[in-house]
Amino acid sequence: MKYTLSVLVENHPGVLSKVSGLFSRRGFNIDSLAVGITEDSSISRITIVADGDEYIIEQLEKQLNKVIPVIKVRTYAQDEFISRELSLIKVNCPAKQRLDIMKIAELMEAKIVDVSLNTMTLQFADTIERFETLIDLLKPYGIREIVRTGTVAIEKDSAVSRK
Amino acid sequence: MINGAEIMVRCLQEEGVEIVFGYPGAVICPFFDKLYDTDIKAVLVRQEQNAAHAASGYARALSKVGVCVATSGPGALNMIPGIATAYMDSIPMVAITGQVKSDQLGRDVFQEADVTGACESFVKHSYLVKNTADLPRIFKEAFHIASTGRPGPVLIDVPVDIQQGEIEEFVYPDKVNIIGYKPSVNGHPMQIKRALETLSTSKRPVICAGGGVLTSGAKLRLREFSQKTNIPVVSTMMGIGVMPSDDPLYVGMIGSHGVKAANKAIHDSDLIILCGARVGDRAVAAPDQVVDNTTVIHIDIDPAEIGKNMKTNIPIVGDMKNVLEAMLKDIDYCAPKEWIDSIKDWKKEFAVQHKKFEDYVEPKGFLEKLSSMLKAKSILVADVGQNQIWCANSFKVSDGRFFTSGGMGTMGYSVPAAMGAKFARPTRDVVAVCGDGSFQMSLNELATIAQNNMNVKIIVMRNTVLGMVHELQDTFYGSRYAITELDETPDFEKLAQAYGIEAATVSSNEDAEKCAEKMLKSDKPFLLVCNVHPNTPSR
Repeated sequence: MKYTLSVLVENHPGVLSKVSGLFSRRGFNIDSLAVGITEDSSISRITIVADGDEYIIEQLEKQLNKVIPVIKVRTYAQDEFISRELSLIKVNCPAKQRLDIMKIAELMEAKIVDVSLNTMTLQFADTIERFETLIDLLKPYGIREIVRTGTVAIEKDSAVSRK
Repeated sequence: MINGAEIMVRCLQEEGVEIVFGYPGAVICPFFDKLYDTDIKAVLVRQEQNAAHAASGYARALSKVGVCVATSGPGALNMIPGIATAYMDSIPMVAITGQVKSDQLGRDVFQEADVTGACESFVKHSYLVKNTADLPRIFKEAFHIASTGRPGPVLIDVPVDIQQGEIEEFVYPDKVNIIGYKPSVNGHPMQIKRALETLSTSKRPVICAGGGVLTSGAKLRLREFSQKTNIPVVSTMMGIGVMPSDDPLYVGMIGSHGVKAANKAIHDSDLIILCGARVGDRAVAAPDQVVDNTTVIHIDIDPAEIGKNMKTNIPIVGDMKNVLEAMLKDIDYCAPKEWIDSIKDWKKEFAVQHKKFEDYVEPKGFLEKLSSMLKAKSILVADVGQNQIWCANSFKVSDGRFFTSGGMGTMGYSVPAAMGAKFARPTRDVVAVCGDGSFQMSLNELATIAQNNMNVKIIVMRNTVLGMVHELQDTFYGSRYAITELDETPDFEKLAQAYGIEAATVSSNEDAEKCAEKMLKSDKPFLLVCNVHPNTPSR
């Protein structure tokens, strides 16, 4: 099962390697890791999507908590967070297919950020499921390159207040 | 104005450091130069790894942070096995390394190594110092982190220009403020209550004592707990010495190399109280099988240890001493007599066997004897290999201590760690026991012992093979002794004499005991070589 962990860390150099090194060292598999500064510039947030069972995730949480610059670890339960991933997709696009791909982009709410004689680059920010749909639609045209940021997640206040 | 090197020294003084173990080099020179003016003793070891082991032995003997220092590159890298050994055994330690100039970092200059990177998985925390002004805060934090919660080594890597840089004045912070580091030391009262309730219905309880009991200074509390409740105690290798070896309620060491009675006690129990033990694979090989019909209460200061190796029913996160004191307040339980009786029977039935060979020393019997010859509160440091198992199962500890590299199993640990222990406790008997394999991994420290005229006794169990693996080869590899024979084992007696250290070689228990008596009477270092038959079993 996939789990999304949100880790607040002190924004020091070397912290990311301390956190990321932990995964390979302890034999945990991660799908993605995204990091950025928070509203407080001395604190960064690392969002991790990891694959595993309950035991693995519990261990992961505990081991992360042992890293000194880690301030807080939180594993999000299903439906209590919003997650997004930004991706850039470069797809083959000769002139005669331009309209088709533009349609797909419009349908999926992807943004066209670059066009050349033979390619088109789409910017897409959505959930992983929607990303996969988009890729399925684009595949027949020939995908040249995909760049993904990894998932970022934030707690849903609406879900929390309803409780 | 004050420079970085002097700040480092002032920080050590503020932390009450009296001794450092180290080896110099160009980029740590500013520090050693300033240290030279102070009362802090700097002990020159003969290889950096031994500086870390010595600091570790010192830390264990005094329950105080041990400090080791090395230069950049190879010096720092040599220290890693010692740091890792301390990490696995939760020893409070601050390791200081010199580093190349900040502006040369990452350019692969002479003797540059990314030691903070290399040590990442072996330290509790590490710092690469970027500003001279940060030194006081970093040292304060390092000593705090190393010695609180679950102790461990902290590495401070200091570029030479940071040591030479100057700031206006030295101010040592009186507090640390690390937002992400607040170890919980008091067990949760509800969990303690639950534990006591569960215990009250148990018919076959057993306490498994680990190194955490000693680290927390909870030895006497645990003895009191066991006495009050009549609950038998087994120990891990790191927990040896928590109970007096001759206590009727002490069963022995558990695990693949432990005593059968202790393993049977764990196996047949209906409740295990794990006290500061992480139950590594060598302690309990198949924890899942044990847990099926047993309730587990696990007390540990490190929440990550709970449930890691053994499924736990009642976790209690806290300092062992605090938790035991809280439990002692409300305890009203006594283990059933039948259970105690069966354990006593097993102890008799599965007593340690001594296999004698003509014209050789039988190590278990000799170690048993040696225990009674040592002064009170003596420290025995066992190395790694068969000698470690012999010591663990046959050396009797009462009010003394037993040190060994339990987690990492680092050969060559005993001699330098014994040195550290002797510096920490100069009036106590300190004896290192090693094999001819492990001795040859750190025999260069004979020079340090001689130079400091240290009253450290070394016993080498010389069986001319790497006994532990040799035995493994007998069991699993059809007695094919691939690279385990030490045919050209040197004449250790002569070797010791070359260092100006008195030595003797013995080939019978009678001679060994006589010689040990003489050795313990002298106030000088001594090397006792015991010829042991290569087929002497570990257990």
